[in-house]
Amino acid sequence: MKNKLSHFAIPYVIWMALFVVVPIIMVVLYAFSAAGGGFTLANFARMGTYAVVFLRSFKLALIATAVCLLIGYPVSYMMSKEGPQFQRLAMVLIMLPMWMNFLLRTYSWMSILENNGLLNQLFQKIGLIALYNQVFGTDLQYFRLINTQGAVVLGMVYNYLPFMILPIYSVIIKLDRSLIEAARDLGANTFNVFRRVILPLSLPGVLSGITMVFVPSVSTFAISKMLGGGTEMMLGDLIEQQFLGGAYNPQLGAAISLVMMVIVVVCMWVMNRFGEGEEQAVMM
Amino acid sequence: MKKKNNSLLNRLFMALVFVFLYAPIVLLIVFSFNAGNSNTVWKGFSLDWYAKLLHNRLIMQSVYTTLLVSLLATVIATVAGTFAAIGFYAMRRKLRDPLMTINNIPMMNADIVTGVSLCLFFVAFFGLWGDFASWFNGMQHLVRLPTRLTMGFGTLLIAHICFNIPYVILSVGPKLRQMDKNLVDAAMDLGCTWMQAFRKVILPEIKPGIVSGALTAFTMSIDDFVISYFTAGSSASTLAMTIYGMTKKRVTPEINAISTLLFVTVLVLLAIVNIREARQERRRSAELHRV
Repeated sequence: MKNKLSHFAIPYVIWMALFVVVPIIMVVLYAFSAAGGGFTLANFARMGTYAVVFLRSFKLALIATAVCLLIGYPVSYMMSKEGPQFQRLAMVLIMLPMWMNFLLRTYSWMSILENNGLLNQLFQKIGLIALYNQVFGTDLQYFRLINTQGAVVLGMVYNYLPFMILPIYSVIIKLDRSLIEAARDLGANTFNVFRRVILPLSLPGVLSGITMVFVPSVSTFAISKMLGGGTEMMLGDLIEQQFLGGAYNPQLGAAISLVMMVIVVVCMWVMNRFGEGEEQAVMM
Repeated sequence: MKKKNNSLLNRLFMALVFVFLYAPIVLLIVFSFNAGNSNTVWKGFSLDWYAKLLHNRLIMQSVYTTLLVSLLATVIATVAGTFAAIGFYAMRRKLRDPLMTINNIPMMNADIVTGVSLCLFFVAFFGLWGDFASWFNGMQHLVRLPTRLTMGFGTLLIAHICFNIPYVILSVGPKLRQMDKNLVDAAMDLGCTWMQAFRKVILPEIKPGIVSGALTAFTMSIDDFVISYFTAGSSASTLAMTIYGMTKKRVTPEINAISTLLFVTVLVLLAIVNIREARQERRRSAELHRV
């Protein structure tokens, strides 16, 4: 019986071979070949010239991930302490923005952060800009918000925060309540219960949250282009340029993609080392 | 007293996070009713942009493409993913684990890498196909195969199915594992064919997983930009791609109007689903109490 059911997977296995495995093999092949064909390592050597882009991408993605964790963990923890009805509503509210394409939301941030955008209008109204000018002796008409690295980080945090909250929340909510009660009975105060019991047990969720925020952040290209104004080029922009942009060089693009894949594999390997159950966490 | 204070602070923090999440969306909605064509200066209420939206071929066409590709991909991925999940479930562990790893690749990989790899694949495939088709056409004159294929709606759809199926499998899989294994065997012992066992025993058990998988798949399709961007070619354009093209020049406020319409649609759908679920739950608990 069971064997017969396993035949159900055959079409999908063929599909995966064709549309998952073969494309990845193609990336590897391209990464190691020269423009005219033949094996070469030159693509990887050329990446050295883009070290600035690599460093910037890692820096911004790490900052965004840290901020997401600092906001996401408390939110998940507080949510888990509320009543079931509140939790359900909060979950819907966190998922809901994702139904609006992330480009639409990022576009909206553009008009908030513009030089004469809503935030600068607000600062002007409450006299913050005047105050700043007085204190620092400057002559600013507005604060420079858009086209900065800060704006790019903001865009990442805004777009990927739900990916941090969902896995952490789903781990915390499944924690064995009796462990917390036991710790309390044994004399631990709230802080110690959190530090000694809840935090270590929620680590799988934290790790999967970190991966789910870091990977898209380090590889983003639309956000950096829209909020960074093209001046803050990131790894994603670099890859995009090699395929669809002016600097057409698919071999180099494939090599950078391969590096990105290695990053993902390392992230997954770290995640897998920290115990079972993260599969559910990823799924929320 | 102290405890009360603490929870008030917690709620304030959460409220701030929700304000952060919804401020840009509220902004889009408010300015979709703006009489002026700016997203920063309010010039009075009007419905102009909604009227103009209906005549904007570019936007309407891309909305249509987005919805069509998302719906088709969701339906196909849900069916295929459910069958695949059942197949994986029935496999021996040794076979299943490596296959599940491959299955997780499109989900864990950076979107841009998935997009790029599919793009390379399609281009290479079309090249091979071109050679084959011209050889085939030269061999005989009965059937003429097209020699030049390009990326378009078809490749876009394949890409969406590709990244949707893993989400369906991941939400159906746990439901299968929770199911009592003996149920299927019992059904078969009682004379069900395996098709009947599938329809009458397995399907009802895993239905919640299928529904949530389909919902996740649809969300991912609607939200996707990067993979579409690399696989749609120049003939098909989703809403996200259209907006991205506009941000290089000028974004027309019709975008605000279409965003609002889409958001309200989702809101209404979710409200209906949630109210129905709540009602069912209440009925179920009422029945339990009666018993």
